[in-house]
Amino acid sequence: MNRTLAFAGRNAKEIVRDRINLLFGMGFPVILLLLLTAIQKHVPTELFPVARLAPGIAVFGLSFISLFSGMLIARDRAGAFVQRLFTSPMRAGDFLLGYILPLFPMALAQGAVCYLTAVYLGLPATANLLPAMAVLLPTALLFIAIGLLCGSLFTDRQVGGLCGALLTNLSAWLSDTWFEVSLVGGAFERVANALPFIHAVKAGRAALAGDWGGLFPHLWWVVGYAAAVLAVAVWAFRRRMRG
Amino acid sequence: MNAIETKALTKRYRDKLALDGLDLCIGQGELFALLGVNGAGKSTAVKLLSCLIAPTSGEAWLMGHSILRERERVKAVISLSPQETAVAPNLTVRENLELMAGIGGCARGEARARAAQSIREGGFAQVAGKQARTLSGGWQRRLSIALALITEPQILFLDEPTLGLDVLSRRELWREICRLKGRVTVVLTTHYLEEAQALSDRIGILAEGRLRTVGTAGELMARAGASNFEDAFVALAGERGAAL
Repeated sequence: MNRTLAFAGRNAKEIVRDRINLLFGMGFPVILLLLLTAIQKHVPTELFPVARLAPGIAVFGLSFISLFSGMLIARDRAGAFVQRLFTSPMRAGDFLLGYILPLFPMALAQGAVCYLTAVYLGLPATANLLPAMAVLLPTALLFIAIGLLCGSLFTDRQVGGLCGALLTNLSAWLSDTWFEVSLVGGAFERVANALPFIHAVKAGRAALAGDWGGLFPHLWWVVGYAAAVLAVAVWAFRRRMRG
Repeated sequence: MNAIETKALTKRYRDKLALDGLDLCIGQGELFALLGVNGAGKSTAVKLLSCLIAPTSGEAWLMGHSILRERERVKAVISLSPQETAVAPNLTVRENLELMAGIGGCARGEARARAAQSIREGGFAQVAGKQARTLSGGWQRRLSIALALITEPQILFLDEPTLGLDVLSRRELWREICRLKGRVTVVLTTHYLEEAQALSDRIGILAEGRLRTVGTAGELMARAGASNFEDAFVALAGERGAAL
């Protein structure tokens, strides 16, 4: 356990000391929330009600966690430091836990900042905020796992493109956050429903509304995707370790 | 028991034979240099022995542990200072040392104590609070070796430790490596002839993936009938060496 904690501590420092990434990851979702709420004030129809928007932005914000984890692993792999680590007695499980552990508090902090901003913008401060935060945990694991997978397979430049551009856009457009996916319909809606992002947002909305029955099956989609992506990421990382 | 024994250790990458049937014994506490030109197979040998890659065939034992069947045990007794400087760039010198001690299995208190000792003994006091990426090449290389030593390994692999360093930094590093003699088994790869001659108890010359010969610098010169080590190396690593 000493090894895992030492490695997790190092990873936390590496992420926190990358100020630009951190500020962007924490600040961008808040800015979006402020901007869209400001737009809402000037349009007569209910485009972006904060109770619908906040869970979506919270999920969207977590896509930056994939960028953090993916970049960290890809950069480690690119340098000689990973050779030193791979010749140490650390096992694959120590590495993976060491990468995952520091990202959970960051994901929770990001979710908390997002919901606190939403409360400031008019979201009722009820006890349902806690289950809404809890629902973010499997989503956080999903995004961390996507980062682990991308970091194990691709270079840091490729991770920047995949997690920084592609994933953030996928999680934005196919999540029911900015517009109702059902309004587009057709293949777009079918693809969105086959991916986990829309389910993560709908589970968050249900938790925020206290609609416990509405959590399911959305939460199962997220948990299933998180487990599957994590399993593939572990496989890919172990392959990298074996050289 | 020898620190390292290899038997027909071979690594093939598709159509390239990177290491061809290495048979070698290195005693405990010995400082052994693997000398060869670029692409001779030095780094491949180190990667195989430190379990970074798996052999195509053959076997090796480190402190009696097999690299095929006991990788965890092998990793517990070795440490590697890779060819490129291998430090965590955003961590300070002290944090780097504490990290590697922790990864070696030390509890937090012990890791701090070992890092403090390493800072004292390695002369890192003036740079202990600086992030590793801000250090000069010489300091980074010294830190890289200190990180390899903080886990108190029984076998230390130094892959081209002075590559790219200026003369003063190189000589400083030589002094540090010499201090390890007898305490730790050191396998040093280099293509600097004077480095191998100055530091090593024995030298193995690799060429085109094959170990051409092994001996002290004096033995190698006598074997090649050369009056200096450079001529001996040229003779033994070249075509004549294949025939000897």
